[in-house]
Amino acid sequence: MSGPAPTPAPDTQFLMSQDIERENEIAAGSRRPTYQAPPAELVAALRRERAEWFADAVEAFGELTLVVPRERIAEVCAHLKSAPGFEFDMLSDVTGVDRGPEEEPRFEVNYHLFSTKRYHRLRLKVLLDQEDVRVPSVVPVWRTANWHERETFDMFGVVFDGHPDLRRILLPDDWQGHALRKDFPLRGYEPYSLT
Amino acid sequence: MATTLPPQLEVVDQPLDTQMTLSFGPQHPSTHGVLRLELVLDGEMVVRCVPDIGYLHTGMEKLFEYKKYQQGIVITDRMDYLNPLGNNLAYCMAVEKLLGIEIPERAQVIRVLMCELQRIGSHMVWLGTHALDIGAMTVFFYCFRQREKILNLIEAASGERMTPSYFRIGGLMMDLPVGFERRCRQFADDFPEAVEEFHDLLSGNRIFQNRTKGVGIISAEDAIDWGLTGPSLRGSGVNLDIRRANPYSGYETYDFDVPVEHGGDVWSRYMVRMRELKESNKIIRQALDRLRPGPVKADAPKVVLPEREAMKTHMDALIHHFLIVAEGFNVPAGEVYHPIEGSKGELGVYIKSDGGPKPARVHVRGPSFINLSALPDMVEGETVADVVAVIGSIDIVLGEIDR
Repeated sequence: MSGPAPTPAPDTQFLMSQDIERENEIAAGSRRPTYQAPPAELVAALRRERAEWFADAVEAFGELTLVVPRERIAEVCAHLKSAPGFEFDMLSDVTGVDRGPEEEPRFEVNYHLFSTKRYHRLRLKVLLDQEDVRVPSVVPVWRTANWHERETFDMFGVVFDGHPDLRRILLPDDWQGHALRKDFPLRGYEPYSLT
Repeated sequence: MATTLPPQLEVVDQPLDTQMTLSFGPQHPSTHGVLRLELVLDGEMVVRCVPDIGYLHTGMEKLFEYKKYQQGIVITDRMDYLNPLGNNLAYCMAVEKLLGIEIPERAQVIRVLMCELQRIGSHMVWLGTHALDIGAMTVFFYCFRQREKILNLIEAASGERMTPSYFRIGGLMMDLPVGFERRCRQFADDFPEAVEEFHDLLSGNRIFQNRTKGVGIISAEDAIDWGLTGPSLRGSGVNLDIRRANPYSGYETYDFDVPVEHGGDVWSRYMVRMRELKESNKIIRQALDRLRPGPVKADAPKVVLPEREAMKTHMDALIHHFLIVAEGFNVPAGEVYHPIEGSKGELGVYIKSDGGPKPARVHVRGPSFINLSALPDMVEGETVADVVAVIGSIDIVLGEIDR
């Protein structure tokens, strides 16, 4: 096999000072947090201004989570989508979490927001009680929420009020129960048959 | 659940009228798997398109909750089976973020190298099948020849072609084999010529241009609103690449361009991916230049399996090995979302840990799932034949959509 032109021996390259600087630069890059939350002073200002919008704020692992009361979520999302400094024009992800049947509040819905202009991210969290698993839909804010919310409904039974087409998406329409709830057994209740 | 569901899509079948419903898929080869579309047609024009997914649903997100963290890696391989190393990376980096582990420099470089190889491999399948859908048969074989070389490289490194599980929490499964660098450099040297071949076969082809230009247009605003990411978004003129926007694995130190096209049509998405092939090749060359001898596993004995030799000679290594395999390792409680640039767009992994050896919840934001949700917006008003071209251009993998 005709190989390419021989490269310099790696050991000599490794000892060159500029390479060591380069290595340090690379190593520093790999330690940097991969993404930023929106500027802290903007978040603080918004929390002061609209105290009723945010129940809590958690900062962990370099990620910012704002807990939003259920009724406010669509309003908060619409504001964050256009507010200067935030500009969360993309909804990256919506996901449900079941904390377990004995926990109260039992369900979480997490919204991962992303700004294609400022590249920062934010997580909004809504906590839901077991008796009333309903949350306003954010489809009017971002159309991409449509399938995310259908998936969350399918897997957790979270009902999104105002969703234009809230059907099951991954499981069959006649499926019983919600598969990602903690009390749903891994192998299902009985063998599922398509006939 | 006392939930009233909206009625199913009404089937329109009026022979004397012009409208009819066409069930497209799930066995149709150009749906790239088991995608089914309900198309309401007016003559040849698509009036309405409703994707029907879930035929490949295997409950992977449920399965994660019953497996230890290190066992979850093999599940990720089977999601986007054309880009398994990308899935491995997103999952491992999310767990590493929870654990606060730093991985060694050599492992970082190898991860970048393998991910870019995998990106080219994934794009090869996209290009081959996309061209095949439109009627260009030859390209398919040319693409699979290149993909075969990449799969051989991945096999050399990990032992598996399709499901490598090469990235582990805290580094890699093992170091690259002897001779890998030479073979990889050979591939990187030969590949630009192959890209020129694809251009010769397709880009100047008038039939291909007529089938793709001006078809399936989506504007930049709509694309962002629909959550499109990756090449599908960059084809609409939005310069967004997670490798640049939220850099990880040291991508900010590599020199590469982010190709952007402004047409928003099938042709633009095609050109973005074709140009990406060369950029990935550039990154591979840079990563090869940066390979220095060093460890490929983090110094975290409670998380990373010890070397075989150490396990046989040191008591503590044996204990750690036993505990990791038998009981797993505890991960601090909390939740993280880690996005990477997969071959199809933003691949995000959300993990919630309750402090134990098994995750409380793992959610994967599959780019194919989101990109497919924008399909109706792109195809409504186009002809049936164009639906095939548009599906090819958004590069979906049903394993990731249905999970």
